[in-house]
Amino acid sequence: MREFGYQRAYDVSGAVALLDGDREARFLGGGTNLVDLMKTGVERPARLVDVTELPLNRVEETADGGLRIGATVTNSDLAAHPEIRRRYPALTQAVLAGASGQLRNMATVGGNLLQRTRCGYFTDVNSPCNKRVPGSGCPAIEGEHHNHAVLGASDHCVATHPSDMGVALAAFDARVSYETAAGPGELPLTDLYLPVGETPHLETALPPGALITGVTLPATATAAHSRYRKVRERASYAFAIGSVAAALDVRDGHVHDVRLAFGAVASRPWRARTAERVLTGAPADAGNFAAAADAELTAARPLPHNGYKVTLMRNLVVAVLSELAEEAAR
Amino acid sequence: MTTATKGGAGTAHTRVEGRDKVTGAARYAGEIPFADLAHGWLVLSTVARGRVRALDAEAVLAMPGVLTVLHHGNAPRVDTGFTGMMGVPPDPSTGLFQHDRVPHMGWPVALVVAETSEQAREAAEALVVHYEREPHDVAFSARRESEAYPLDGHVPAVMEKGDLEAELAASAVVVDAEYTTPEEHHNPMEPHAAAARWEGGRLEVVDSNQGTGWVAGELAHLFSLDPASVRVRSEHVGGGFGSKGTRAHQVAAVMAATVLQRPVRVVLTRRQMFSLAGHRSPTAQRVRLGADANGRLRALEHRSLNQTSTVHDFVEPSAAASRSMYAADAHHTASRLVKLDVPTPTWMRAPGEAPGSFALESALDELAERCGVDPIDLRIRNEPAVGPVSGLPFGGRNLVACFREGARRFGWAGRDPRPGLRREGRWLLGTGMAAASFPVMAMPSTASVTAETDGTFTVRINAADIGTGARTALTLVAADALEVPADRVRVRIGDSDLGPAMIAGGSAGTRSWGWAVTEAAEELRRSLAPGADIPPEGVTVRSDTSRALGALAQKERHSFGAQFAEVAVDPATGEVRVRRMLGIFAAGRIVNPLTARSQLVGGMAWGISMALHEEAVRDRASGGLYGADLAGYHVAAHADVPHIEADWVDDRDPDDPVGIKGIGEVGIVGAAAAVANAVWHATGVRHRDLPIRPDRVLLAGADA
Repeated sequence: MREFGYQRAYDVSGAVALLDGDREARFLGGGTNLVDLMKTGVERPARLVDVTELPLNRVEETADGGLRIGATVTNSDLAAHPEIRRRYPALTQAVLAGASGQLRNMATVGGNLLQRTRCGYFTDVNSPCNKRVPGSGCPAIEGEHHNHAVLGASDHCVATHPSDMGVALAAFDARVSYETAAGPGELPLTDLYLPVGETPHLETALPPGALITGVTLPATATAAHSRYRKVRERASYAFAIGSVAAALDVRDGHVHDVRLAFGAVASRPWRARTAERVLTGAPADAGNFAAAADAELTAARPLPHNGYKVTLMRNLVVAVLSELAEEAAR
Repeated sequence: MTTATKGGAGTAHTRVEGRDKVTGAARYAGEIPFADLAHGWLVLSTVARGRVRALDAEAVLAMPGVLTVLHHGNAPRVDTGFTGMMGVPPDPSTGLFQHDRVPHMGWPVALVVAETSEQAREAAEALVVHYEREPHDVAFSARRESEAYPLDGHVPAVMEKGDLEAELAASAVVVDAEYTTPEEHHNPMEPHAAAARWEGGRLEVVDSNQGTGWVAGELAHLFSLDPASVRVRSEHVGGGFGSKGTRAHQVAAVMAATVLQRPVRVVLTRRQMFSLAGHRSPTAQRVRLGADANGRLRALEHRSLNQTSTVHDFVEPSAAASRSMYAADAHHTASRLVKLDVPTPTWMRAPGEAPGSFALESALDELAERCGVDPIDLRIRNEPAVGPVSGLPFGGRNLVACFREGARRFGWAGRDPRPGLRREGRWLLGTGMAAASFPVMAMPSTASVTAETDGTFTVRINAADIGTGARTALTLVAADALEVPADRVRVRIGDSDLGPAMIAGGSAGTRSWGWAVTEAAEELRRSLAPGADIPPEGVTVRSDTSRALGALAQKERHSFGAQFAEVAVDPATGEVRVRRMLGIFAAGRIVNPLTARSQLVGGMAWGISMALHEEAVRDRASGGLYGADLAGYHVAAHADVPHIEADWVDDRDPDDPVGIKGIGEVGIVGAAAAVANAVWHATGVRHRDLPIRPDRVLLAGADA
């Protein structure tokens, strides 16, 4: 493990100033991913700027009836927040589906969004990996990829984004706010992650040195009727092999509004806008749910060993939307 | 429950060292302090086959705190040409830094020693090693059988009785199926760790192992030392499962302590354990069963293939496990191996029986389905009166009692055998069962028991408590033999100076040690005149069970069990959840029900893990493992382990002075098959490849 410097920031501008755009420095949140990567040599920062003491640990009402979640709110606190549970239940479910109680007590919202892929080639410094060492190759394509991406991947990288929380946030049109030395900025969460293309090492659209300060959830009545379902290779303490965040508003048997996002299938939380378009206005039945999933998944480009994900996602969409529709009908 | 100290064998006792463990007072090998301790860090190869051309040691020697870099160019010579206590040559990775050849990914090529562990690690990771790469081959599959060869291990590789093809041809029903199990790793919570130092002309090693005499003997051989000048201690061990014998870290620590003439500790990282701690080979197995219409076996064939390294023969005797299970007119079993550029496999909990029982007990379930016979009835119809291949009498075979008690408690009666019929919401439900067995063994051991002047007794035996509760069990055994309360007995273990004794392995530890302790304790009790004065040095009696064990009649000696599982399967997502498990065992006299139950439940939980989760994925391009850590290698989490009940039937072994058989391994045997058979009952799909991952269930469901 490389020796590194450690500083703690107490306000947002101080944190940005301490980091000072230094490419060898990293913001440290709960450390549940960064510290692991430092131990294995995947990350070798010269300096850490600890942001866990920043005054960003609250969930607050916004003027338009949404919620603003501070970047240092822990996963545990986010999941337990009464307004999150009441207005965005899929977000609580997604957070609780991730990691363990101990990790959720440490992990922060900002860190969750910026966590790195768990691709086993990425986390093994002896392996080639275009994300870790640009141009070194992607062994997953010819090798082990049964839990790799089927949507939005490229010949250069097929890694998935591991976040559960991000999938629910993507479904709810969350916006990410950040601070730079030049001032604050904001962008939709679905635009936070760059397309993989030929540059899988370039992961986010954040300006250099930017600090995520929070996530804003707009008011959406549909979100109150939402669900997150995660499928994984053991019942707990594993990353998804496929997950769905869904919200559904059915009126007179027809889909009035639907939000749908997929996890573990792409390099970012995958907002399923094609499926949403197909469904909106259509009768809320299993056949249409399946047709919508199929429409979204026509873009899938599975590899030899991850084609099951296409079936899995289709089945998950049908199962989760059917449950939501049945509950709405009661 | 409080720490019980009254009552002997057969009553529940918490571990005598339990308080020390939960308060942190118990020290493990990696945390025992030494003055002037230096820290070694192993550097492992990043190629799967080739030669070390050069190491840039100079640059690393200039780094802060670095004391030395040992490698094949400068390391002390060791002698690996011997057969160790367990009757096999040492693991090849103990021949550390003796040549420039790299036989597999993760082969140790250097040791960096520094003043601190952090300095050693940073320098080790900075060391540039130049390799001459050669093409490697790590592709294990059933198709490699043509290159395979049989190897006699602790049991013969091939045994054949009767005309297999003729009996198969004459059979009304034939099951012919192939099964596979993946590469599996035993990763005890406590990593391998050893500290070595020279003290008064003796080599002292503080280690975490399954037998200090075993490790001391191998270190004496390796370094050409008088065995009496080597002392290995291992007081507390955080799990072993077959992985903790003599391995590269102890040899590295001894080499560095010798070169530097100061204490050196070497600890393996989790990732290093995946290539240096041994593993269970993947297996490809084929089972052919021929039966008459009502399920009586005419033919039983079980063939198994496993991988080994290019530098060592290790056989996973999966087919041998079938030799004692079922009677058949023709009975053929063969375990073969194929050499690949992989790390050397080793013993892992129930070697042979764990993967072998998955194949055999799955095939029995398929036969029951084909014959329309209840799976338990089918097994009872094929109960052998004597060893099916050996012809020897059984030293107790209470398997049918396990079936009957298990069926009663699980609620097996009236089970509808048809698959795919029971639904609860999105879940399909099913039940399954399988039989379990594991050999009963004992190895010669010595013990001493001393009557102290204060009325207490000290037992000295070189046993190993690798978390099983062996120390507590031996306390109870001694107390019984001495006819005193257990709180008057202290047991000293885990020190090679205590004399020769069996290792913690082969489910034979407590039986072997308990025998020696009982012999010494009973003789001491008989020799102590009531009220007689005890001299200041105490009165000591020693025992050696070599003669008694040599006089044991040849028998088929096994522990048995019946495993039951209920599972729920979501065919839309491929998720499998075990809802409950029950295991009923006939495993000899149970000394401490509390820790025995933990052993059996732990084995069954591991069986769930084997059925549904565990799989080390070897990347063919690099020859290394993909995701070699406990995030990538999934074991069952708490949420995967439902209520598990383990219990036993009366099964005292009359040939053992305490009545013990052994419980360490039988708990995992058959457990994966019971789960797989339940998955079939739930879905109607046979899963013959482990683990039963969601993608496999999902794709199989689509075909069904």
